[in-house]
Formats: sequence, structure tokens, C-alpha cells
Amino acid sequence: MEFFLISLLNSLSYGLLLFMLSSGLTLIFSMMGVLNFAHASFYMMGAYLAYTISGVAGYWFAFFVAPLLVGVAGILVERYGLRAVHKYGHVAELLYTFGLSYLMVEAVQLIWGRSAVPYGIPKSLQGSLFTLYTTTFPKYQAFMMLIAVLTLVALYLVLTRTRIGLIIQAALTHPEMVESLGHNVPRVFMLVFGGGCALAGLAGVIGGNAFVTEPSMAATLGTIIFVVVVVGGMGSLMGALLASLLIGIVQTFAVAIDASLLDALSVVGMNVGPDVFGHAVLSVTLADVAPILPYALLVLMLIFRPRGLLGKRES
Amino acid sequence: MTTHSLSAARINTPHAGRMLFIWVAFAVVLVAAPLVFSSSLALSHLTQMGTAIVLALSYNVLLGQSGMLSFGHAAYSGLGAFMSIHAMNFAGDGLLWLPLPLVPVVGALTGLAFAALVGYVITRTSGVTFAMITLGIGQMVYASSLMFPAFFGGEGGVSTDRVYGEGLLGWNFGPQIQVYYLVAAWMFLCVVGLYYLTRTPLGRLLNGVRDNPERVAFIGFNPHLLRYMALMVAGLFAGVGGSLMAINFEIATAEVLGLHESSMVLLFTFIGGTSSFIGPMVGAVVGILLTKYLPDYTAAWQMYLGLVFMLVVVYAPGGLTSLFKPTQEVLRQTVTQKQYWPAIRLLISGLALLIGTVLVIELMYHRASGSDTPLQLAGMSLDQHSVLTWVVSIAILLAGILTIKRAGRALLACLVEDEEQTGSAA
Amino acid sequence: MTDFILQLKDVHKQFGRTEIIRGADLSVRRGERLAVIGPNGAGKSTLFHLISGRIPVTSGEIWFDGKRIDKENAQTIYRRGLSRSFQITNLFQRQTVYENLLSAAMWSLGYRYTFWKRISQLQPLHERAQEILELVGLQSRRDTVVSLLSYAEQRALEIGIAVIGGSHTILLDEPTAGMSRGESDAAIDLIKKVTVGKTLMMVEHDMGVVFGLADRVAVVVYGQVIACDTPENIRANAKVQEAYLGVAKKEEEGVNNAVA
Repeated sequence: MEFFLISLLNSLSYGLLLFMLSSGLTLIFSMMGVLNFAHASFYMMGAYLAYTISGVAGYWFAFFVAPLLVGVAGILVERYGLRAVHKYGHVAELLYTFGLSYLMVEAVQLIWGRSAVPYGIPKSLQGSLFTLYTTTFPKYQAFMMLIAVLTLVALYLVLTRTRIGLIIQAALTHPEMVESLGHNVPRVFMLVFGGGCALAGLAGVIGGNAFVTEPSMAATLGTIIFVVVVVGGMGSLMGALLASLLIGIVQTFAVAIDASLLDALSVVGMNVGPDVFGHAVLSVTLADVAPILPYALLVLMLIFRPRGLLGKRES
Repeated sequence: MTTHSLSAARINTPHAGRMLFIWVAFAVVLVAAPLVFSSSLALSHLTQMGTAIVLALSYNVLLGQSGMLSFGHAAYSGLGAFMSIHAMNFAGDGLLWLPLPLVPVVGALTGLAFAALVGYVITRTSGVTFAMITLGIGQMVYASSLMFPAFFGGEGGVSTDRVYGEGLLGWNFGPQIQVYYLVAAWMFLCVVGLYYLTRTPLGRLLNGVRDNPERVAFIGFNPHLLRYMALMVAGLFAGVGGSLMAINFEIATAEVLGLHESSMVLLFTFIGGTSSFIGPMVGAVVGILLTKYLPDYTAAWQMYLGLVFMLVVVYAPGGLTSLFKPTQEVLRQTVTQKQYWPAIRLLISGLALLIGTVLVIELMYHRASGSDTPLQLAGMSLDQHSVLTWVVSIAILLAGILTIKRAGRALLACLVEDEEQTGSAA
Repeated sequence: MTDFILQLKDVHKQFGRTEIIRGADLSVRRGERLAVIGPNGAGKSTLFHLISGRIPVTSGEIWFDGKRIDKENAQTIYRRGLSRSFQITNLFQRQTVYENLLSAAMWSLGYRYTFWKRISQLQPLHERAQEILELVGLQSRRDTVVSLLSYAEQRALEIGIAVIGGSHTILLDEPTAGMSRGESDAAIDLIKKVTVGKTLMMVEHDMGVVFGLADRVAVVVYGQVIACDTPENIRANAKVQEAYLGVAKKEEEGVNNAVA
């Protein structure tokens, strides 16, 4: 029971962080058709910037400034880079963001070095919030979840209650139509790209000190957020939320379960020895398989339901 | 979804005689190369270029010929590598008759088998969907490599000894030069095979699938089946490439299956150019130079690789090979019209850009390394702590950045004007 | 019993909640030239898409040459002998005229996914491509990339590709759209030449063309075939006149002037 509750809480916080990261990616992908390979790099940028700024001006200052800086960087990237490549089609845009992610990791290593930096949790947020059975639930994890939920709410309000939000919603599924209605869609794209990157940066600010802040942080999360976006579906933030939580649950629970098919067989009375053919496969535990589960989900979703859980249009 | 921007690829049908000449010349170059670049380091690089060429060509069957972007190509070459290592071990133990020169057949069959296994279902999709599926499958294969240490050897991978059996005509393939010739021979076979594929009806149809998959159905062919065949061909040749890597390094680790490996193939192929046959070959050579040769000279090689890639994406999306003809044309016109001054201005601008970039990057890396000694670059000693050094370097870089576009446009404008005035055909 | 090569029986097609084809019935005789006319948005192109297998029907039956084809995919239907051209040019943009023709001729000449022989060795393929190249009058543009062709040239190539496979039933979707009078006349002559002995179904807006070319005319209005008869009877048909309210009168004058 304890295991279940703790894992549930952990998957919730991991899933919400994933959502913060992939909400920006979903917006960018759905509106502009650009699969932003550099998205996780903006996440990394947020963490590193927060580390440096908080060293100088304190965590809370960094909390507000770092995402803004990342957002500005995103706007510049879109305006001066992506837009130039846009005329060459989606593949070229994808490759551009791909090269960008490569360069960003290099730049980060150049400025901050190759090893992890000690981006730590601020004193006010250290310690545990409560204790469930024997495991403590850290204050910071609760803070992360709170920020993620607030972001979700803010995003929802902006998209549904403001004018720009309505335009964005429309452009999510019908960009050409919106443009022919007279809206400055390229500027909206630029804002969405910048906003998406800012969200990624914010995720980096709060996630970087919970997890490790190092050059490979982008790579580890990078592919998972693609799974989230694809599984959740094009044009759907709700889908991204569902997919994030789903993957959070799958990964958190699976990693902790050390059971294999072998164990399942022995429960029903069949004991399979090591010299039986296929033993190697049967003895693989769920924990071993955990890393591939998100990708298996991705592949299965693309085969059986390419538009994702809640997608509104095909790619 | 197509690889836009790329200038249209035409088949020029050279005469049979001319093709024969090209093949013979190519073979001569392959045979002579290690005699010209004979250091052991050069031999190693040449061998790696050989395998990279096979991999890039196999990748381009998908990307350039059939319009299928894949992020999981390393799955085929990596599995081919692992299977080859195991085959060599079996052969070395005497359990299997497999002379070393035939080991790439194992790789080919492995790549083909895996492509045949997953291909039917995944080639139902195309475009971005297909690209994401290949990413997922590639990651799955990579992640599974840690699940089955018996086959994949866990963290340390699986190693082998390529020297076994009686060898071939006195060669036991221990020395690097013998390995080079083995790789070169296989690479030659692959190049010929893939080239003639583009000349077959299937090759034409694959281009059709790239340009207009819907139309392909309306001329009687099944686009899904065509994509499936493309994947199998690509998988087969990727398997050969993986096998050649395994022979060269005598080891295969999980990294050969990873996203990094898949990315490198993509980068190399794209840098070279996807719309010509020779593009991926050029890209492979340039790529190996940037990733294996350059690191010996600078710590900033990854930065350079990334920059080259980005520049190609933005300014030459058809790859480096797409620049050959236009550059040739500009040079020819410059000479015939004697527009030397604008050309020189452009050259100076370009040099400033290049030198400035190298200076700034090398200074940054040198400073980041925490070293106290000045940077030694091209015989000059640059103090990374001196403000003057930085100012000068940045100034050169800025000069290049700010003037190059204008200089380029000025030259082209002069050339165009002259063309119009003299009335000669462009 | 008349030999119907193509039959549509109560065909419906829905896109989401919008029904585009609302119960279409049509019978096309073997060897006839059938013009398909109707106001914009009536569903003429959609009918072509349904027949040629580009999109599936929501309900109803389509019979071609004695076999039911409404559940089959495009390449199967092509192999049964039905080929089509497209309203919006749908060629291999990055390949040359000649290469387009080569690709389109492969299936009918028996070269199925062949990868063991080079194209340069396949004489019949080259002969056929050359034949059609000359037929559609594009010899001078043989090695030009399609994206560089003029609009009329692209339409001519579309027609060439539709007939090169020797299909016995040809569907042409507005082959003369956007053409000048001269280009249109040339295109119609070409169409007449290449469809001798074949069944032709053609979407057309130009009534002069319709009356000069068609054995029968099918009128599609609002997703249904409201009439299918000889041109003269169609002209006199009250339902058709009503559907084309105003247009019919003007066209009549135009036709009378042209045909006179």
C-alpha cells in the first residue's frame, strides 16, 4: 500500500514535470508542424541559467528571470533561424532544430563544463512536507507539482479566456484559415515558439535541482517528451497531460517492480529452470523492461491510432 | 512529405563507356589511397570512411531516394554488427565455416531480416509519423540491448578477433591495411549495387514514392510495398556497414545501436546532399574528417560539426554537393567577365568569417579548459586572458559576418548585369 | 442487355457530418464518351475519387467490368483497367517528362518492382514512352523537369500518363481547365485521338466541348446524378435547366453560336 501511494505521488510529480516540458512542444508542433528537437535543450538552458542567476541573485529571482531569458532565446531562434528554413519544408525545420540541440549542448558544456553543476534546492524548500508510512515526501516535490498545476491552469486560462489564446487555439488546428482571417500568424508563431521555450525553461528551473543538472539532461528527457506529444495527440494539450501522467505512472511503477514472467509462472506452480530455452527472455523483469515501455507505447500508438489519444488532426 | 528545397534530381544517362571509366577510376583511387595516405592513423580514417560511405548510401536509399526520414537507422547497422561479431566468434571457435571476407554477408542478412520483420507494419505510415516510429523502434532496440547481456554483452559489449582461419591468399587481415582493402572491396560492391538500383524500374518507383506517393498508386503500384522494399534494401546495406565496422573495431557495444549513431548517419548524409548519388559519399568523407580527424587538432570539433551542419541546413539544404555546379558557374563567369574585384572582396569577407570563427571558438574552448598557457594556433601564440586578443578576434568575426552577404550579392549582381549586357546565355 | 462497364448504385459519401454524395446512380456504357457536368461543389471530382479508389465510399456499390470495386484500393483498380487524370496536376514534380512516362508505363508492360534489370535495357518501355511522348506532343520537353513545364504542358502530360498504360477506361477530371481556347481545342483533339475504342468519362465545364465530344452527358447536382442522357435531351431537360438556372440559358446561347 505504501509502495502504491508513494509511487503514485512520484509518478504524479514526474508526470506533471513532463507535462510542463511537453506542453510547449505540443503547442509548437501542433501550430507550426515543427518537431522541435531542441526543446529539451531549452529545458537544459533554463536549469543552467537558473543555477548561475540563483548563485548571484537568489533562487526566486532566477525563478522568474531564467524562463524569460529562455523565452527570449526561443523568439530569437524562431525569428532569425527557423523562419529562414521554413520555406524548405518540415524536414529542413526538423533538421535545423536537431542541429540546434547539438550546438546548445556543446555551448552549455563550453560555458559550464562537462560535469554536473551543483544546482541545489533553495533552503526554504528543503526538507519533507509529510511522512507517509515510512517514506518522506519532499517539500520540493510538492512545490514542483504546485508550479506545474499552476502553469496548467494559467495556460488554460490564457488559451480560453484571452483573445490571443483563442487565436492560438484556432491556429492549432487551422493555421491557414486563421491567417486568411487577417491575423499575423507569423508573429503568433514566434510568440508561441518563445512561449513554449519559456515553459521548457521554467521546467528546467524547477526540475534542474530536483534531478541532476548536467549536459546529458536534455538527451535523457528529450526523446520521452516526443513520446508524450505523439501519444497525447496533435493539437491537444489535454492529450499531452494525459500522456504525461500515463508515462509518469508507467515508468515509475515499472522501474520499481522486480517481477518477471518467470515469477508469474512460478506463482501458478510452473518452475522454469535456467537450462530451459527462452529462460533469458522469461527472466527479464518489468524493471528491466521499463526503459523501453514509453517507446513501445509510441510505436503501438502510431500504428493503431496515429492521431494519438486526443489528437484533433493527423500529422 | 518530401525533402523539399532540393534541386530536382535528373538521371543523366552516361554512356556505358563513360560509366566503365568512372568505375575503373574509382577502383584505382581506392587502391591507391592508402599508398598516398600511409600513416596508420590515415589508414584507420580511410577504413572508417569506407564503412561510413556504405552506411550513408544505405541511409540515402530511404531519405534521398524514397523520401523516408528515419531516426533509427543504427538499429539495422548495429544489429548487423553484433551478429557479425558473434559469427566471427563462432567461426574462430571452428563451429562455423565463415572466412572473414564473407562476414558482411551475415550483416547483410541481419539487417534485411530486421527490416523485413518490423518493416511491413511501420511502412504503412509515412512522413513525420514514420520518422517518429523509427525513433521509437531505434530507442527500443537500444534499450533492449541492456536487457539481453547474453547477446549484447552488457556494458562492455562483445568483442572478437578477426584473425582466424586460413585467411585469403596469404592475408590474415590482422594488419590495418588488409582490413582497409577488405572494407574498400565491400564498399565498392555496395556502391555499384546501389548505383545500379537507381537505374532500375524499382529505383524510379522509389523516387515516385518520394515525389508523389498517391500518384504511384494511380500508375498501378502499391506505395506501401515500395516503402517496405526501400526499408529492406536500406536495412540490408546498413547491415553490411555495421559488419564492416565490427570487423574493423573487433568489438560492438550498445552504443552502435544508439541515437547518437543514428544521428551521425543522418548528419553525414544530409551534409553531403541527399539528391545526388555521390552526395552521401561526400558527406561520409567530410563527416569522418570532422569527427575523427579534427578531434586530434582541436577540442572544439563537435562545435564545428554542429556549425557545418547548421550552415548546410540553412544555406545549402541540398548538401555540399549542391554547391558544386553553382560555384563552378560563378567561378567561370567571374573569370570570363573579369569581375575580379568583387570576387576578391567576397573572398576576403569569407576568410574573415572563417578565421574569426576559428579564433573565437578556439579561444573559448581554450579558456574553458582552464589552461594558463596561451593558445597555440597555426604557429601563433594567443593569450586567452588578454582582452586585446578577444577584441581582435571578435572584430574579425564581426567583419566577416556583416560583410559577407553584401559581398556575395554584389558579386552576383555584377555577374548578372554582365551576362545580360553581353547577351550570352546564362 | 446493354454492356455497362461502370455502374454506381446508390453511392453515398460522407466527410465527417457533411454528406457530399447523396445517393448517386450512374451507368456507363462500354466504349462511350460520357461527359460529367454540374455546378461547382456538386461532387463531380468526389465521384471520380470514389470510382478510382482514392477515397472509400460510405455506402453503396461501384461495379467495374463485372467486379465490385468500391472496397478496393487505387492500384488494384488501376490494374483492372481504369486510369485517371487529376484536376490539380498530380505528377512526379522532380522528375522529367520522360521519366514520368517511363514510370507510368511499367506496370502494363510487365515490369513489376523490377530491380535486377536496368531501365536502359528495357526496350519496350522506352518505345512506349517515346510513342506517348510524341502523341501528346511533348518531344521538345522530353528532359525537362515537370515543375518547369507550362500549365498546358502539364495537363498534356497528365493525359499521356492516363493513357500510357493501355487502360480501357479513362477518367479525365477537367482536362482543359485553365486553358486558352486554342490550347483547349488542341487538348480535345488529343483526347479524341487517345481514347479511340476506350470508355471515356470526363468532367467538363465548357459546353462547347461537351456537345462536340460526348455521346451522353451526366448531370451531377448536389451529390446526385439528376440526369444522364444524350446532349440534346439534357439541354431540353427541365430539371437540368432548373439546376443551372440562368447558366443554362447563357450556355444555350453560347452553344447555339458555337454549334451553328
